[in-house]
Formats: sequence, C-alpha cells, structure tokens
Amino acid sequence: MSMSASELQHYLFAPHPEEEEATANASFGFWIYLMSDCILFASLFATFVTLSRSYAGGPTSQEIIHLGHTLEETLVLLCSSVTCGFAMLAMYRRQLRRVLGWLAVTFVLGLTFISLELQEFLSLVAAGHGPTHSGFLSAFFTLVATHGTHVTVGLLWMLVMMAQIAVKGLSEPVQSRLIRFSMFWHFLDIVWVGVFTVVYLNGVL
Amino acid sequence: MLQPSPSGAGRGTFASYITGFVLAVALTLIAFILVMSKALSFAGTTVAIFSAAVVQVVVHLHYFLHLDTSSTERWNVMALLFTGTVLFILVGGSLWIMFNLHDRTMLF
Repeated sequence: MSMSASELQHYLFAPHPEEEEATANASFGFWIYLMSDCILFASLFATFVTLSRSYAGGPTSQEIIHLGHTLEETLVLLCSSVTCGFAMLAMYRRQLRRVLGWLAVTFVLGLTFISLELQEFLSLVAAGHGPTHSGFLSAFFTLVATHGTHVTVGLLWMLVMMAQIAVKGLSEPVQSRLIRFSMFWHFLDIVWVGVFTVVYLNGVL
Repeated sequence: MLQPSPSGAGRGTFASYITGFVLAVALTLIAFILVMSKALSFAGTTVAIFSAAVVQVVVHLHYFLHLDTSSTERWNVMALLFTGTVLFILVGGSLWIMFNLHDRTMLF
C-alpha cells in the first residue's frame, strides 16, 4: 500500500495517542534513571566533602582553584542549557533546520566546556598535582571528571541525534529521544551547580 | 479514560527559557561575586552561596525541566522528593559519621 504525500505528512506529524503515551512513559523512566544518577553524584559529593581537607602535604584547594576559569565554564554550560531548550522549541514547531542549528550551537558550547575542564586537569597533572597525590585530589578528580564524562557522553548522544534528524527527519521516535536528551543535558547543568558551589566556591573560602 | 501519563518533559516557551536563563546567571554571579569580593564574613558567605545554589537548582528544575505541581508532573515530583530524602540521609549521614570520627580519632 502506498501513501500520498499528504497522507504521509499526516502519518508522520499528527499526534498519535499511543506514541504520545509511550514517549511520556519513556520520559518518566528516564527521569527515574536521572534520579539514580543523582544518588551516584551525591555519594561522590559526600566523599569529596569528607576528603576536602586531606591535602597530604600537597596543594590546598585555594592553591589549585582559579575562580575566573570556573565562572567561564559555568556560563558556557548555562548557555548550552538554554540553546538546548531552543532546539526543543524548534522541534515542537517542526523546524528541522533550526533544531539542527541549535543542537550544533549546544554541541560547540558543550565541547568548549569540556576543553576548559581538560585544560584545568592537564595543567594540574603537569604541575605534579594528579589524582594520586592526595585524598583531596583523588576526590576532586573523581567528582569533577564523573560530571565531565557525563557531558562527553551527552556530546556523543547529540551527534547521534543530529545524524538521526538528518536521516530520518523529526519522526515520533526521534522526537521522543530528543526529549530525553534535553532532560539529560539540563540535568547535567543542575549537577554542575552543585559542583561549582561545593568544590570551587566553597573550596576557596 | 486513563490518568494523564507521567512525563519528564513538559513544554517550555521562549519566555520561560529566557526567564530561567536570566535568573540562573544572576544567581551564579551573586555567588561568584560574594566569594571573590569577600564582602561578607566566612559564615555569611557560606550560607549565601549554598542558598543561591539551592534556589538555582529550583530555577533550573522549573524553567528548564518544566517541573511543576500539575497532575502530569506528579510522579516526577514524587520521584524527585524521594530522591531528595535519600540524598539527605546519604550525604547528611556520611558527613555526620565521618566528621564525628575525625573529631574523635584525627585519623584522616
């Protein structure tokens, strides 16, 4: 059976109650995953605070933290959260090119965040302040890099989604995945609020 | 008719994202400026930056993840509140035990 163009259009873009419910259920399931991820981060935060003064003769947090650099990272990630939101708004309006455009902007901002973080890590390691140096540095690298790993996975996910949008268009399953991607990306920004407050701001007080 | 399905992603608007962004930037800058300028006492700054962080998390949840008290979001909020309880026990309990141990033994 073949479909005319308008039938195809209707099939692809008309709301399908079953599909909408499937998307809603999948979003809720993904929300439960995010909550469990939250508990993973909480245990790393508790570990970090416990070890935050265990310098073992190594550098203190005041010596390794540069707040200007952290503020830059924070603003870049915050902007990427908003551009990700704009991609979602474009998705609901079926503006395929705009979705791709905003996702590309979000990707560049996410990549900038990761390069800033890597820069910080590499300069610490180069100065001999790697994760093996003290309890404080182990906890610092574990917490901050776990967040960074999540962001990196988010970047890969974004590339996959951009390829899917380009190949399959904004079909229901693609939209459903984009909704979960945006939840993941916003969640990472919330975790970063905890990281910059507990590790960086509180660290230099 | 089924109950409205749970959904982790209500739809935002351009205005809601911009409002969230402006509030988040303001809260971030307040926290950084307070620490960099050392305008308040140690205790005052600590309370201020942690309060700003809590408010900023709520701003992100509301304006970016669109969580509210509507029935479609009810189970998401329930899961969030349950997670909050677990976090409180996990983080609060760990820190209580470990700092107490530190005070009594000075082992780490």
